[in-house]
Amino acid sequence: MPNQTFNVNGQPVNVDAPDDMALLWVLRDKLGITGPKYGCGINVCKACTCHVNGKAVTACSTRVGDVKGRNVTTIEGLATGTTLHPVQQAWLDYDVAQCGFCQPGQIMAAVDLLKRTKNPTDADIDAIQNVCRCGTYGRIRQAIKAAAAMMP
Amino acid sequence: MNETAMNETAMNDLLDDVRAADVSRRSLLTYVVSAPVLTVAAGFGVNLATPSIAHALPLPLTPPDTVDYYDIGDSIVQTSLPTMPLVTLTVGTDGRVRLDLPRLDSGTGVATAVGMMVAEEMDVALNSVDVTSADARPELVFNQITGGSSSIRSFAAAMPLMAAAARARLINAAAQQWGLSPSTLWVVAGVVFAPDGRNVAYGELSALAATLPLPVNVAPKPVSQYKVIGKRATRLDALDIVTGRKKFTMDQAVPNAKPTMLRMPTQIRGTVVRVNNLGAVKSMPGVIDVVVVPTGGSIVPNPPGVAVMAETFGQAWTAANALDVSWGDGPLKGQSNETIQATLKAAILPLAVPPLGALTVEGEFQFAAATHAPLEVECAIADVRADSAEIWAGLQTPIVCQQSIAADLGLPQDKVKVHVVPSGGSFGRRLFWDPVQVAAQVSRLTGRPCKLMYHRANDVRHTRLRPPQYHKVRATLLLGQVISFEQRVAAVRLDARHGFGEMFSAAAGSAPPSVQQSIGNLAYEEVFFKTMVASPYNFGVGTKVLTPVPLDMNTVSYRSVHIQPARSVEEIIVDEIAKKLNKDPVAFRLEYLRLERAKAVLRAVAAAGNWGKAMPAGFAQGCAVHQETRSFTACIVEIDCRVPTDARVTRATIAIDVGTPINPSGIEAQMQGGLAESISLVLTAGLHIRDGLPLEGSYSQYHFARMKHYPKDVQVIIMPANGGAIGGLGEVGLSAASGAIANAYARATGTKPRSFPINFPIDFTPFPPGALPDPVVVPL
Repeated sequence: MPNQTFNVNGQPVNVDAPDDMALLWVLRDKLGITGPKYGCGINVCKACTCHVNGKAVTACSTRVGDVKGRNVTTIEGLATGTTLHPVQQAWLDYDVAQCGFCQPGQIMAAVDLLKRTKNPTDADIDAIQNVCRCGTYGRIRQAIKAAAAMMP
Repeated sequence: MNETAMNETAMNDLLDDVRAADVSRRSLLTYVVSAPVLTVAAGFGVNLATPSIAHALPLPLTPPDTVDYYDIGDSIVQTSLPTMPLVTLTVGTDGRVRLDLPRLDSGTGVATAVGMMVAEEMDVALNSVDVTSADARPELVFNQITGGSSSIRSFAAAMPLMAAAARARLINAAAQQWGLSPSTLWVVAGVVFAPDGRNVAYGELSALAATLPLPVNVAPKPVSQYKVIGKRATRLDALDIVTGRKKFTMDQAVPNAKPTMLRMPTQIRGTVVRVNNLGAVKSMPGVIDVVVVPTGGSIVPNPPGVAVMAETFGQAWTAANALDVSWGDGPLKGQSNETIQATLKAAILPLAVPPLGALTVEGEFQFAAATHAPLEVECAIADVRADSAEIWAGLQTPIVCQQSIAADLGLPQDKVKVHVVPSGGSFGRRLFWDPVQVAAQVSRLTGRPCKLMYHRANDVRHTRLRPPQYHKVRATLLLGQVISFEQRVAAVRLDARHGFGEMFSAAAGSAPPSVQQSIGNLAYEEVFFKTMVASPYNFGVGTKVLTPVPLDMNTVSYRSVHIQPARSVEEIIVDEIAKKLNKDPVAFRLEYLRLERAKAVLRAVAAAGNWGKAMPAGFAQGCAVHQETRSFTACIVEIDCRVPTDARVTRATIAIDVGTPINPSGIEAQMQGGLAESISLVLTAGLHIRDGLPLEGSYSQYHFARMKHYPKDVQVIIMPANGGAIGGLGEVGLSAASGAIANAYARATGTKPRSFPINFPIDFTPFPPGALPDPVVVPL
């Protein structure tokens, strides 16, 4: 079986997995990194959103063979030590989560948006596709705007 | 029986329960004091739990309504009470306070709210309180069911007393250590202080406190001294959530538990006739085993399917789709939304004949099946050994799960350990334990711990649904007054065989699992309906009657299961009556609402929501009001229907009166969630059943609201504490929002909404029946 070498949250990892295995299963089932969640498997709920080289992807629809040599960041790698990322902090400040299941993906999508757009408009935020079944959308919107104001 | 007598009877029953509880508490204490930490197992004696009987009695003209006096929440509150002393609150030597809560927090915030009660009474910081989910504890009997918006109502009665008793015991320990009178000591943030400046932390007192007798005559704080309750608090697990540390069921590190996925039949409850390529699939990469889920199940039937266990879920999914299975039909073969609605319509009981000269306002309504679709799919871990079993899952009824799995496996009940894991949503879905049944059977057959997760397609198509419904309504108007309001509901029978969460009531509701509509289940369902669905209006002769129709469909309760449709229909008809009488919808409601608290929330939203403001063509406001589980809500929305097939709610103003607010942040969250769910159920989210199977199979097909559908202007007004008993919260947020959205849609489009969801095209290519979709690959 091919050997896949890439970085996860700043650490090099080395796993045996076929090229076409979804990154989500490599993270969750082989590496025990459980922050990215399964919600659909077909790139429509976005609960597994992670970053590859700083850009948001859905791990369920990304082949592990495609991330060879690249940097994967999951929710577990977002904070710097014990210092939360401003988006994480805003999520706490606005008590965004209800069940919390979609929130790792929501946060990773928000971080990606703020990287692309320093001061996102409502239309930019509306373009986020991540499903939240509990209905935390209003708080997510508030927290993204607050995080934008906090970010350097 | 008049209202007063009814209240007294309820009170006497409650007193009996408390007295019975006191006995259990005494016997338990001899056990728990031997622990090295203080474990308070009880607290109430003279301080009676506040019954949640509504304080405000209906107006004199009000027709009787059962729910004003007794609702489903009351039944859970009262049946929970006798075993409340068995709930444990522990103070560790590290000073942390731990409550092992016999409820599931599926995102509703119950753990945080109960933790706030503990922090308040014990005078500790909220962040030093840990609230965990208790394993199945059969000795709790009826006190381990999460449902009916009853959790906070149940714990509001007991928790302050238990926590106050713990605090008193710790103070007594400090007093004994210092040789001072307890009455001279006080507590700040978990540290006991003496007037001479000495102080000692709870953690250092817990061992001594555990040896002291339970204090008597402990009273909880007066409301005027509250520092925690009523103030905004962040969820206890918020930091774990935002850092990815919160562990859901599939995140549990159970050694050697192997990923397992299912192929499920081409129809709901179809059968597996034969697997034609078992050997080939067993030899696929990563595959460990393939087994057919056996039939059986001691309360409800095992879900049908073929399970593939593999090293990763990806391999299990690929192998599951490679299976060549001959499927047998299910009981809904040939059934579609159209045939189901026709069956329901035919089952509706006739309405009374209106008197001569009366005007009528009528309507017939249909609601498609809906699915709970929590982000966390159906899942469970089971480790079944020869003489024991261990289970991990999100469960609203863990005791009956434990009992039924023990029966299924032929094990003594105490050999089945059931861990309750906080779940990624539930909305009523996890009242049943179907994935546990599958995981247990797969583990038994493969001899390995099984980590079972449904594919989303199976989660939508093959788990339990909110029953489809058909409603027929007639309001009768005489001389400008509403003199009767009749509502007839036919719904696919609601499976309630979980009972009150344990085997006695479940068994009473159960026949052999293949028998869907037993007399017991029918009785439960009608009791549920009668104790949940009420009208807030003074409409003369008012009746709401449910006819459950025994179609063999997988169903389960759902957030406000019968109430959201029934009350939305009533709110729509109320608007139509007001229109017929040429009255403003808010003014008309204020004229006919029975209870002052209902009027107050409506006035609040009318003012804050600028009711009656001019709106451009294609836009409109809509209003509705609702009472449920002793809480009151009203909602005004604004809708943009310039493109009616893409109607968008643009603004919402919601007022909520829960009697005594605990956590304003959590209350707002539940109302915001109710709004998102209402937008979905009213406008876009439903299932098309065709030949016995929903066509929908994922979020791209089942249209639950996303960010762009949620209004940017949402205001939630929390009515101040008014001395009312704590009302329910988890479900009350749906009906006013749903009614307001439907009414706004009607006003904006000039139509009469009659079929829900309103916009319901099949705008997708369904996955083939009996198959899972293939994975999608997005190149980087």
